[in-house]
Amino acid sequence: MTQRARNWLLIAPSGALLLVMLVLPLSFVFVFSFGERGPSGGYVPAFTLEQYANLPARWTAFKNTLILAPLGTLAALLIAYPLAYQLAVRTDPKWKTLLLVLVIVPFWTSILIRSYAWIYILGGQGLPALLGSIGIENVRLIYTPFAVTIGIIYGYLPLMVFPIYVALDRLDMRLLEASGDLGARPMTTFLRVTLPLSVPGVATGCMLVFILLMGEFLIPALLGGGKVFFVGNALVDLFLQSRNWAYGSAVAFTLIVIMLITVTIYMRLIARLQTGREDVAVM
Amino acid sequence: MGGCLTSDAADMKYDRGVLNDMSAAVAELRHVSKRFGDVEAARDLNLSVASGEFLSFLGPSGCGKTTALRMLAGFETPSEGEVLIDGQVVNTLEPFRRPVNMVFQSYALFPHLSVFDNVAYGLRQRRPRLSRAEIAEKVSRTLEVVRLGDFGARRIWEMSGGQQQRVALARAIVNEPKLLLLDEPLAALDRKLRKAMQIELQDLQRQLGITFILVTHDQEEALSLSDRICVMRNGRIVQIGTPRELYDAPASRYVADFVGSSNFLEGRIGRITGARADFTGVSRHSFSGQAGPGIEEGATGTLSLRPEQINISRSQLDGGHPVTVQNRIFLGEHTEYVVRHDEIGTFIVLASRRAEDREPPLDAGTQAYIAWNPDAALILRAD
Ligand SMILES: Nc1ncnc2c1ncn2[C@@H]1O[C@H](COP(=O)(O)OP(=O)(O)OP(=O)(O)O)[C@@H](O)[C@H]1O
Ligand SMILES: [Mg+2]
Repeated sequence: MTQRARNWLLIAPSGALLLVMLVLPLSFVFVFSFGERGPSGGYVPAFTLEQYANLPARWTAFKNTLILAPLGTLAALLIAYPLAYQLAVRTDPKWKTLLLVLVIVPFWTSILIRSYAWIYILGGQGLPALLGSIGIENVRLIYTPFAVTIGIIYGYLPLMVFPIYVALDRLDMRLLEASGDLGARPMTTFLRVTLPLSVPGVATGCMLVFILLMGEFLIPALLGGGKVFFVGNALVDLFLQSRNWAYGSAVAFTLIVIMLITVTIYMRLIARLQTGREDVAVM
Repeated sequence: MGGCLTSDAADMKYDRGVLNDMSAAVAELRHVSKRFGDVEAARDLNLSVASGEFLSFLGPSGCGKTTALRMLAGFETPSEGEVLIDGQVVNTLEPFRRPVNMVFQSYALFPHLSVFDNVAYGLRQRRPRLSRAEIAEKVSRTLEVVRLGDFGARRIWEMSGGQQQRVALARAIVNEPKLLLLDEPLAALDRKLRKAMQIELQDLQRQLGITFILVTHDQEEALSLSDRICVMRNGRIVQIGTPRELYDAPASRYVADFVGSSNFLEGRIGRITGARADFTGVSRHSFSGQAGPGIEEGATGTLSLRPEQINISRSQLDGGHPVTVQNRIFLGEHTEYVVRHDEIGTFIVLASRRAEDREPPLDAGTQAYIAWNPDAALILRAD
């Protein structure tokens, strides 16, 4: 067997899977988005741009997603980085595994149950009641963008911590010593050595979290309470409730295009940051 | 103890440009020990390095050379004892405050920076700031010194091992530190380039008056470059001296073996009279020789004899021992013979080319005689 044939054979299973599970459905979404809603829902073949013309009706969902997804990613990054740094650089290797497991422990229960916990914490009998008891009255937390952001940070933190942890864990401590040896203060060492060398991990983490957040619907549904909804919620509504597949497909396809554009721009930026290093790849 | 460990440690500044007089100690270790859990990497190190001196640490792998350097650079805190730089105790002073630069055994070059930026790294930390032009000038001059003049724009991973090692060297020397610590900085270079870099190092050291501490496995390198050599074993310093002192008067068999090569005969130490001692080999032959330090009458010991101190001839020599030539190796300047005495054992003999003017080279199988001046034989304690 030639090397070429072997390469094809190796990627054949994943290729077939992608074809059936991704390319095919996506093609349907694309075709459906130019169709019309049937009288009792579903899809009727047609060629019309009507669904795309109707997109502004769902503007709030797009707006919320496009504000809260990057914001949530950034917030998760700001919290995850110090945590990953502490775990990877400062922790005795003996404890690393245990602490890493603790980071993913929340994943052992369903996000649904964990989000319900937050409904209670942020709801009338939780934090606001506590604040009320010290004189800060009428604080509303649940069903606000704040609640959704909290839920996002909480749900996606491990996903951000891991890639950054891996990048920092691979960091050669001698490099940090060398920087100090050359007269750099700890802050300079961090900014000029640690941070640039962890860019691949940061890039991967942000990308993972951002892409998943763009499709998120559970957290906004539970903690946003129908007031702060994402494109994901709009899709649930369109496909499952109003059964308007054509319009839903147009919304979904638009989201995919937006995602493609942002991710491409993002990759370019990261590639520039890396200034042509070839020993690290983004994702 | 100096006041540098109190709150004014942060304000401690070193004037990198000014050189002390030659006699002042730039670096000092006083009863320094370092333990890593159960491993004693350094034990009771005592050492004083004079300004402008070129000192080498010589010893086998794992004997604590890197650990000693790391305590001077500030990456490790001694478990016991004091580390002094410029007469001040610096045990806990952070590396970035020390007027010391280190060339790492593993290079530790910054993979995300170009060769130029690696070398410029230390200069950019200087306060007051250096101008761009000054930095560029210093960096390119230093890259010339390490023969990498055209490589400034290269990425680190585009460089060969030897080239990376020279970048590491440039990155340290460009700062003209008071004390330069070099952890096997030439190990990855081929023989010719290593010789050239050794000469560069020596020139640099003389021109800039930088104090060098070099770690090496290579005894030849230590012998040719150093003002003094510090021979280490199992975390201890076993002997410090000039290359000549170590070669001519090793304090123990270990040093004699590590510095240069030697023939060793095991046996028992006989009567000691002043600087002389008698020695009886396991073959029951008796010899006389120079008494090494710390030997005791009746104790087991070693007689050490440098190969070039032995004369070899076809004809009987005064006090000669009959031997059979087993092997002859041509080494250019010298010829090395492996000869065997039926009772005493095997000797390595190094005959200079000039000796061959008098007598043609001996072939394997030839009967010959070896002899040496009793002063050339050293009687050392076993260790
Ligand atoms: N951080 C550490 N933790 C535990 N043990 C260590 C550590 N650093 C060094 N050691 C041990 O201390 C001893 C001395 O190590 P060191 O690196 O100083 O040796 P070396 O003389 O530089 O050897 P080489 O020539 O191989 O570089 C070794 O036994 C080593 O295993
Ligand atoms: Mg070492």
